[in-house]
Amino acid sequence: METKDYLKDIRDIKEMMAQSTQFISLSGLSGIMAGFYALIGAYLADRILPANGSRYDEIALPAADARTLTAPLIGIALGIIALSVVTGFLLSSAKAKRQGNSLWNSTSKRLVINFSIPLIAGGIFGLLLIDKKYYELIVPILLIFYGMACVNASKFTFRDVRYLGLTLMVLGLLATAFTNHDLLFFSIGFGLCHIVYGAVMYFKYDSK
Amino acid sequence: MKNIIQNINKAFDHRIRLGIMSVLMVNESADFNTLKELLGVTDGNLASHSKALEAEHYIQIEKQFIGKKPNTRYVATQEGRKAFQLHIEALEKLIQKS
Repeated sequence: METKDYLKDIRDIKEMMAQSTQFISLSGLSGIMAGFYALIGAYLADRILPANGSRYDEIALPAADARTLTAPLIGIALGIIALSVVTGFLLSSAKAKRQGNSLWNSTSKRLVINFSIPLIAGGIFGLLLIDKKYYELIVPILLIFYGMACVNASKFTFRDVRYLGLTLMVLGLLATAFTNHDLLFFSIGFGLCHIVYGAVMYFKYDSK
Repeated sequence: MKNIIQNINKAFDHRIRLGIMSVLMVNESADFNTLKELLGVTDGNLASHSKALEAEHYIQIEKQFIGKKPNTRYVATQEGRKAFQLHIEALEKLIQKS
């Protein structure tokens, strides 16, 4: 009878340690949605890019074209980010409510801060690349920095986010090696990977 | 057997005190509201159990102001960490024995 209590003690200790360091309300469904937004964005970008290959590259485009395309492409990117953030916020907040936790606590704060640090650096890097006209490096850089953000943030939430990050970093390096397929790598990385890992997390944690 | 039971620390022999120590082992510090939410306890309960741990010198209670709001922070002491470690080891041994 007594040993049962001790086992429960150990279980309580483990649970408290995990709960106080990991944000467990992160919604897998919001990952799936973010993936779909990215795919829609990639489709829209493909539509406005000239038909000769899916490469946004000044060498292949007249200078005037590159300038007129920059604004809509940045617009699409911002749209994807805004929709993903809002969806992630709403779905995670609903999940937190279901679990009886608050959305904004010390673990979610740490998650957001540690996710943002590499991401902001990557975002600024991307904008500087646009300014310097290194267009072919933008997608690889965004994939690599986003991957690093996921790896960095994974310490404060589910392990799966770490594998998502590593996958994205590998894709970013591949995209650097094969620069002619930016939209393809964008779709696989931000679209497909989000959907796959989001689905894994959804079935592992959300349905509980 | 007798030896093992001696290592079971009476100070941790309560769900709330066990919870407070667990959280503080893996976090630099935790404030009052964080602990309250994690453990699901009332203000009074948390206050009295944390005071008991402070009396044993296992945790430090730091009161400060963030803006105009009073904020209470809890930190595990070296002594507390060591005692809790021993407590966990004793629990593990007891389970293995049975």
